[in-house]
Amino acid sequence: MEILRYALYRFGTMLLTLLLVSVLVFCIINLPPGDFLSNQIAELRATGQEAGVAKAEFLRREYALDKPLWQQYFIWMGLLPGPHGFSGMLQGNFGWSFEFDRPVSEIVGDSLWLTVLVNLAAVLFVYLVALPLGVLAAAKSRTMIDYTAAFIGYLGLATPNFLLALILFYYGHQYLGLPIGGLMAPEYEGEPMSWEKVRSILIHLIVPTFVIGTSGASAMMQRLRANMLDELGKPYVETAVAKGMRPSRMLMKYPLRVAFNPFVADIGNLLPAMVSGSVLVSVVLGLQTIGPVLLQALKSQDMFLSGFVLMFVALLTLIGTMISDVLLVLLDPRIRYESRDT
Amino acid sequence: MRPLLSVEDLSIGFGKDNPVVRNVSFSVAAGETLAIVGESGSGKTISCRAILRILPRAARLTCGRMILAGKGDGGDDSGDLDLARISEKQMRHVRGNRIAMIFQEPMRSLSPLHRIGNQVSEVLHLHGRTSEAEAKRQVLECFERVGFPDPERTWRSYPFELSGGMRQRAMIAMAMVAKPELLIADEPTTALDVTTQAQVLGLMKELQQETGMAMILVTHDLGVVANMAEQVVVMHKGRVMEAGAAEPILRAPAHPYTQELFNAAPKIPQHPTAGRDTGTKGQDKDLILELKHVTKTFTLRSGKSWSKPTLVRACEGVDLELPRGTTLAIVGESGSGKTTAARIALGAETVDPGGEVLFRATAGADPLRVHDMERAARRAFQRQAQMVFQDPYSSLSPRQRILDTLSEPLEIHGTGSRANQRADHRDRAAEMLGLVGLPTDMLTRFPHAFSGGQRQRLSIARALMLDPKLLVCDEPTSALDVSVQEQILSLLEEIRDARQLSYLFISHDLAVVARIADEVAVMRRGMIVEQAPPEVLFHDPKHPYTKALIAAQPVPDVDRPINLKLVAQGAGAPENWPEAFRFAGQDAPPLVPLDPGHKVRCHV
Repeated sequence: MEILRYALYRFGTMLLTLLLVSVLVFCIINLPPGDFLSNQIAELRATGQEAGVAKAEFLRREYALDKPLWQQYFIWMGLLPGPHGFSGMLQGNFGWSFEFDRPVSEIVGDSLWLTVLVNLAAVLFVYLVALPLGVLAAAKSRTMIDYTAAFIGYLGLATPNFLLALILFYYGHQYLGLPIGGLMAPEYEGEPMSWEKVRSILIHLIVPTFVIGTSGASAMMQRLRANMLDELGKPYVETAVAKGMRPSRMLMKYPLRVAFNPFVADIGNLLPAMVSGSVLVSVVLGLQTIGPVLLQALKSQDMFLSGFVLMFVALLTLIGTMISDVLLVLLDPRIRYESRDT
Repeated sequence: MRPLLSVEDLSIGFGKDNPVVRNVSFSVAAGETLAIVGESGSGKTISCRAILRILPRAARLTCGRMILAGKGDGGDDSGDLDLARISEKQMRHVRGNRIAMIFQEPMRSLSPLHRIGNQVSEVLHLHGRTSEAEAKRQVLECFERVGFPDPERTWRSYPFELSGGMRQRAMIAMAMVAKPELLIADEPTTALDVTTQAQVLGLMKELQQETGMAMILVTHDLGVVANMAEQVVVMHKGRVMEAGAAEPILRAPAHPYTQELFNAAPKIPQHPTAGRDTGTKGQDKDLILELKHVTKTFTLRSGKSWSKPTLVRACEGVDLELPRGTTLAIVGESGSGKTTAARIALGAETVDPGGEVLFRATAGADPLRVHDMERAARRAFQRQAQMVFQDPYSSLSPRQRILDTLSEPLEIHGTGSRANQRADHRDRAAEMLGLVGLPTDMLTRFPHAFSGGQRQRLSIARALMLDPKLLVCDEPTSALDVSVQEQILSLLEEIRDARQLSYLFISHDLAVVARIADEVAVMRRGMIVEQAPPEVLFHDPKHPYTKALIAAQPVPDVDRPINLKLVAQGAGAPENWPEAFRFAGQDAPPLVPLDPGHKVRCHV
């Protein structure tokens, strides 16, 4: 029960934080002088295309860009009625992309869940690789196993991701017949879900997961190793040995359990790092994730599009930290009881 | 009788270096206690860990045999085992099952994330003794035996919910639950308060008598040896200096090193000695420091903002007077408020309204109110009052050379002429090093090049750099070996007399205080319960808590064992004190002068 209340409380603070983030995001997308439309109008005027100007002016009014900034924010959020009544983020209307001339939701559509998919796969990969390797490296510290793991880890950290991507594509295609680029075979794009499509996506996921996850995994592995080594020096480990435990079982039950905390706390940091870190990789690999869209939108000052993408990344981060906070409370009685009494 | 465990010719080394333990032999019989005594670095801990082969990875047993006698009952454990040679698997069967171990730091020797019940019952599961339900029954029984009032609750608790003494009881339960033949206790009570130590030692002795197990007790404290051991081994630098039955050795140590240890051990004087004449017995006392009605309440904020915060009284109505050139000691166990009182005296902590601290830099000067000073006055006060900290290992910056550490106070207070400031500071630092007995060519070294005792000398030198009038010493010797402790105390006395310093001396150790103090205040839970000069306090203690503290102090004298009854009564709740001292809740009786200079908190 206690934990449910905490989760609810944590969810509440997350929503508040999200509100704050929205203010920040709105400020950021309005930081560059002018906006997409006024830039366009100036350009059209300069080239003498008065017809286009009328449409742009219409859009300006349509999206309340002629209003003061604070009103624009509230209209964007859906807290104040715009030209068409309440119609903002809260109502599920994410705005209009001027660059692509389509609603934001339509552009982002598929890439939203593909982003989630790619990053979840990468996070899973990070944890599945880092956990056993980190523990092994700590248990066998200063042996060949440790050094080999560290060497591979540093290689993973040091190799530029896009280079790794190109290499993997080349050899993967040549020897394993793995597909190159994209997240599914072209014939499935825009098709409804089917087993064939899922299979195609999974096969296409292999290389991106590996590429995006390697550096995270090696960093995480080193951190887990360091944490484990700290814990292994603690007296309670000796106590466990003195009881007559087998080393492997002792390792799992005691030091790993304690070293696990930072590991869990990292979930929150991992998500945004991956989303923003995978932009370049996504461009190189031709993944239809949100990264390239964000890059494009920021370059062309497509404010509603970039605003939405930024909000989405923030949401992912906040969800990640919320999950890790709740997990930590479940895992560590010290955190759980601290709030009760001293 | 055949010994249960006999260690013969044991040597342990790290890599190719000289062995750290050389040709050590000892043996222990069932029902008997063997004490291994030595200072830090003597190899006592590593020798006893070698028995269970719990050694750092780089350590090697280079020679020797460790024979654990078999039970001779035709069962699995019938034959003799050489612990130095059996396989890891056989060793695991011995660990926790036939030989159990208790470690020094109960705070850190239990996993913080697992419930006590889980950690203790694990021993039974590991050795495949019993079913789940039977294991729990045995563990609960064991909890009750070691003195947990509510075993079920202990079973569900996490270590951080228990006090230090209770955690050590949990450790003892963990060691005892499988009914081992031998218990190895590595400094089991060093981290505990003295009354708790007495009770834990008493418990261990009782358990030994009940079960007939053998015990190896590793300790630095000859007092503990005198109370516990039948056999004793004195170690120094990896070698055995003296070994044999405890009583003759304690009565008449033969080896010079053992004698040295004895002489260094601070003792509570048994017969009244004339107090040091401080020349301040007259009517107008020249007080350098005065605490008046000092009360300090801390607010413990609970994590939830809507629940009421808890108030904790760290100090309650503390009145203290420190005459110039003397030492006032505050004695108490952890949580008694002694350190808070010291911090208040230095102005590092505020006081609750109504209390004040007065400081007089020179005789007859106007008193300074420590908690009501302007910035400039505060700086001037800080020059006059300095502190020596408890832990010499963490109170010196490892990245600063000694010269920089020593001259930092001078820089902060901007003393010395600007022209040749550096040279001035250097001279001053060299002078102070000389004063504390260190060679002056050590100025350019870093702290890691110094031993614990040398570091504490450096801390004292640092405190003296500004030529203060008052030193607050917060347990300055508790992290040190006895022989070093002795030297530091002598140094502090010398400096006090040579420079007319006044000390406010905080300690948990009555024996240390007995030696250095002119006046002792005993604190318990924020209140002074008794105050007198040491020669009065130790020979005519009135308050049950003072009596308990004195009784609990292990003395290296086989004829003066710890009186557990006195300890239990005085260290218990105030409701159980004798009539004259008893109180409940906040209604403590006042501190009344029984004789001139002897104040006791009691009903008159």
